[in-house]
Amino acid sequence: MSLSGMLGMLTSPLSAVSGIPFLGRADGGTFWLPVRAAEGAKAVDELFYFIFWICLFFFTLLMALMVIFAIRYRRREEGEEVEKTPSHNLPLEIVWTTIPILLVVAIFFFGFQAYLDMSTPPTDAYEIQVTGQKWKWSFTYPNGYMDELLHVPAGRPVTLVMTSEDVIHSMSIPAFRIKNDVVPGRYRKVWFTANRPGAYDLYCAEYCGTQHSGMISTVIVHEAEDFDVWIADHGDILGSVSPAEGGERLYNLLGCKQCHSTDGAPGVGPTFLDLYGTMRKIRDQADCECDEDYVRESVLDPTARISQGFEPVMPTFKGRLKDKEITAIIAYMKTLSVHAPDEPAADEAAGEAAETDTTETDAGDGGE
Amino acid sequence: MSDSQSSSHVDSAAHAANPNLQHHFDSMEQQYESGKLGMWLFLVTEILLFGGLFCAYAVYRHNHPEIFTYAHQFLDKSLGGFNTIVLIVSSLTMAMAVRAAQLGQRRLLTTCLALTLACAFLFLGVKFVEYEHKWKHGLLWGKNYEVQGEMAGATEALMIPAAPSQSGSAADVDPNATILPRAARAPEGLAAEVGDHGDGVADAADDHATHGLEPKNVHLFFGIYFVMTGLHGIHVLAGIGVITWLLIRSLRGDFGPDYFAPVDFTGLYWHVVDLIWIFLFPLLYLID
Amino acid sequence: MSTNDTPMTPAVVPENYLNCSSGFRSWFFTLDHKRIGVMYLASILAMFLIGGIMALMIRTELLTQGQTIMSSDDYNKVFTLHGAVMIFLFIIPGIPAALGNFVLPLMLGAKDVALPRLNLASYHLYVVGALVCVLSIVLGGVDTGWTFYAPYSTTTNTHVSILTLGAFILGFSSVFTGLNFIVTIHRMRPAGMGWFDMPLMLWALYATAIIQVLATPVLGITLLLLIVERVMGIGIFDPALGGDPVLYQHFFWFYSHPAVYIMILPAMGIISEIISVFSRKHIFGYRAIAYSSIAIAAFSFLVWGHHMFTSGQSELMNMIFSALTFSVSIPSAVKMFNWITTMYKGSIRLDTPMIYALCFMFLFGIGGLTGLFLGSLATDVHLHDTYFVVAHFHYVMFGGTVIAFLAGLHYWWPKMFGRMYDEKLGRISAIIITVGFNITFIAQFIMGSRGMPRRYYDYVDEFSLLHFISSMGSYVMAIGFFMVAGYLVKSLVSGPRAHANPWGSAALEWQTQSPPVHFNFDDDPEVCNPYDYSRVQYDAASGGYVRVPSEVKPA
Repeated sequence: MSLSGMLGMLTSPLSAVSGIPFLGRADGGTFWLPVRAAEGAKAVDELFYFIFWICLFFFTLLMALMVIFAIRYRRREEGEEVEKTPSHNLPLEIVWTTIPILLVVAIFFFGFQAYLDMSTPPTDAYEIQVTGQKWKWSFTYPNGYMDELLHVPAGRPVTLVMTSEDVIHSMSIPAFRIKNDVVPGRYRKVWFTANRPGAYDLYCAEYCGTQHSGMISTVIVHEAEDFDVWIADHGDILGSVSPAEGGERLYNLLGCKQCHSTDGAPGVGPTFLDLYGTMRKIRDQADCECDEDYVRESVLDPTARISQGFEPVMPTFKGRLKDKEITAIIAYMKTLSVHAPDEPAADEAAGEAAETDTTETDAGDGGE
Repeated sequence: MSDSQSSSHVDSAAHAANPNLQHHFDSMEQQYESGKLGMWLFLVTEILLFGGLFCAYAVYRHNHPEIFTYAHQFLDKSLGGFNTIVLIVSSLTMAMAVRAAQLGQRRLLTTCLALTLACAFLFLGVKFVEYEHKWKHGLLWGKNYEVQGEMAGATEALMIPAAPSQSGSAADVDPNATILPRAARAPEGLAAEVGDHGDGVADAADDHATHGLEPKNVHLFFGIYFVMTGLHGIHVLAGIGVITWLLIRSLRGDFGPDYFAPVDFTGLYWHVVDLIWIFLFPLLYLID
Repeated sequence: MSTNDTPMTPAVVPENYLNCSSGFRSWFFTLDHKRIGVMYLASILAMFLIGGIMALMIRTELLTQGQTIMSSDDYNKVFTLHGAVMIFLFIIPGIPAALGNFVLPLMLGAKDVALPRLNLASYHLYVVGALVCVLSIVLGGVDTGWTFYAPYSTTTNTHVSILTLGAFILGFSSVFTGLNFIVTIHRMRPAGMGWFDMPLMLWALYATAIIQVLATPVLGITLLLLIVERVMGIGIFDPALGGDPVLYQHFFWFYSHPAVYIMILPAMGIISEIISVFSRKHIFGYRAIAYSSIAIAAFSFLVWGHHMFTSGQSELMNMIFSALTFSVSIPSAVKMFNWITTMYKGSIRLDTPMIYALCFMFLFGIGGLTGLFLGSLATDVHLHDTYFVVAHFHYVMFGGTVIAFLAGLHYWWPKMFGRMYDEKLGRISAIIITVGFNITFIAQFIMGSRGMPRRYYDYVDEFSLLHFISSMGSYVMAIGFFMVAGYLVKSLVSGPRAHANPWGSAALEWQTQSPPVHFNFDDDPEVCNPYDYSRVQYDAASGGYVRVPSEVKPA
């Protein structure tokens, strides 16, 4: 027995009446519920309105009785006679205990049924890695491309494999009617099959601090064939741009900007403005120049050498960044610093770094 | 449950006869019963307070059995056992104190209370020795967990036989050769941990292997250990305060057959404190 | 048997618990449950003011998109403290410790609660706990949300430890009150009053007290662990140290869900009293209502997991908790049916307490029914952590508990202070509060079901209008509350003297004068069915109700 079948019988006469906001628009949205853009959402909406009509019926009934009694039996004068009526009635109590029980059993059953469907991902789903951190989302596609927006194909099941870098977040996409907490130290999954191309809001629903309300992103649902083109185009973030431009993209994507400003504003970490090429005072250790090696070390092992005046709070990017990408970030930092060597030299250095990195990468691969 | 106790009549004679009868009660019996019910309910809240900790313990032991098997070996069973006996004895003297108060045996009451108090101090003294030992060796909670000094050696010795037991050549190493003989058998969880470290197992004496053998997050055990025994210790301290107060009052001669409720209620409290320790001891010290 | 009803308005106020002694010490160290109740009342109302101002600050900030009056960090602190103050300092002690303390011994015809010193200790702990909480505000506040979820709460650098310490102390206060009530109801009932002869308010307080005693210690240990975690870094809830942050949620909700029933059960008790008295009808289904209170108390311990449907419990756990959650809705529904049936063929007087009681049924009806959306798994996933949840629990806690608290306050006000308030203003402000409340929170239901997450400092364009409406509603509500404060203060100063029994209740607390004497009753009250109004007759001469002697039963 499906709820939609029952509901169809229930609401078909009502659906004929157009213009009532409860009864839906072409995009699946209604007065109470937002646009519907995923396949599983329909079951949720039907259940929502199933409960809604039940509640409305009983609430109206009770309130009507209450108001009628309050008016009809209003005291006209003190000391008036009160008709004696029974003060208890067991059959009545049983009836009005049983009816709600039956109703809530039905609600429970449909709720559980729909929930099971939405919590069992198909095995062939397209998998996207999601990382939540204060206060941004990042989505990593199977080919290694990383983006702040969630791009998904329509008509194909997608599983999000989610984890958090810091505190608990929660992945909420109202248009898909899904939500799941993103817990540090664990991997959580949520899946959906989008069916309506367009752009929808994606929120963090678990309170996570200062910019909790800014932890909003967008889901972009592409037509299936458009998605394939899009993902092929974006497979390689550094592909068609200069290292410095690629570095800037990474800077935005990885959340570096949460702590490292580029305009000299103070932050949790040192600003990138005029940072490269300066001498850094290191806590408990000898001073050193902020050169390629130091930046590289800071990205892979952030607590090794902490600049004075800062706390060791940066997460490591070991395993998340390729050497080429670190090099790109260094190239970007050079463009921000007056202390960096002139352009040709910078390119040379970048080239050099890239070379060393390649070897190291090879060594790393061999080790695995 | 209870039937109505009070005839709401002010029994002024009863109030005149016993100055310990509070104005809103009709009889000493009603007052005593009320106090007793209150005390039992309070003890229920105490059990629930510790219940939360026992739940945390159960969850962590279920999820990480290897931590518990590994870390409990750092606790001194003989000191823990001694303390258990001390508390059981104190429970006995407390029960005798209640009896003495009911029978109006004032000297016996004072003696029993003093003995109970002495046991409580002895318990805390032993606890202090245990804590100090752990403090010195860095067997602490969270980031403070840092095995030092001879304990580091003990860790190594402890873990050496674990490796062969995993690789199937236990016969090569005599477990009795280690400092803490019985305890040295590696638990399953540990063995799994060892397995992760592959080649290191071959050379068990190697430093790397030793580090690999210690399960991750051993500090969690000590976190739980210190919270549970610490909270229990605070309850013992509170008990010391109350028993001291009782001792002073008993010296003053306040208690007798018609007024012994404070001794009785403190006795209940003390038994619960004892009971909690009786659960803590095997859960923390006797894990194998 | 005597009738204690003194003719109203004698020239001199007779001696009573308010004027029998004076001075700070005679109040702050009193063992008299009535004075402790009044002190509790004053304290919780002060806290309600603080929490209310914070609510207005929240709504004002959300009036427009982006920054309106404060930064996001300040906003986070304000909503945290709004929640913490309202829950720990206002609603939980609100009805039991303030109103309950005052009426419970009176309803039993007793001279005091069983353990008066513990009662005073409970109040002193409340004061200390409140001061510690206020200290955390003065030092700069806390930004975790009142739920203190780890690992956010273990890593933020605001004053979480102090606020949780305050809540920990308040927990003891709450346990002591509950423990005292259980003992009092067991041991102090007068001869002739069996369990099923008690007013339903006592059943409600008894069920509440059971939850207080059984659930609060778990909150205590949870907050203690959180403090230890922050101060010593013990790692139990910290994933970075191998701890489990979801375990914290289990611990927290094991208390905090039953806590919801600590709030709502005594509210239901008040409504049971008022509906019956003002309808002049024996309460319908006495046993059903009494048993449902106990059933709610029992079920309340089994449903905490419904706060964690999206936290990563197994599907099986979610299913079990969802089913159990629905089970708790049944006793509440049964109460509603019985209350409305009580009104049938009554003689209904629409005084302020009754207006509040009717508003309660309207608002609690919505609050309870919207719970069905949240108990159902599939819809909860969509609605969880949205404004729908915010609106739902405000309908239950405000529309339920606070409205019932106001109903009870207006109902027992004449007994507490011996003075009447302006009836007309009372009714008008009740309506204003209810209307303002509905404007505020219906808008939030719509926002929530459309996806607006809670605890958001800012919002997308789509929600601008609804947030604006919601904020306007909150101002309407504030106007209503200032009216209430105004006429109640005026009543204290110059209100007309109250009759011993102005509403015509048959319960024992109305058999003594208003306000009662120091030891509650001059003569022993006559124990009788608290819902039998045949013996309570209107006396036009005194303007109130008097008991008629038992042999003169009306024909």
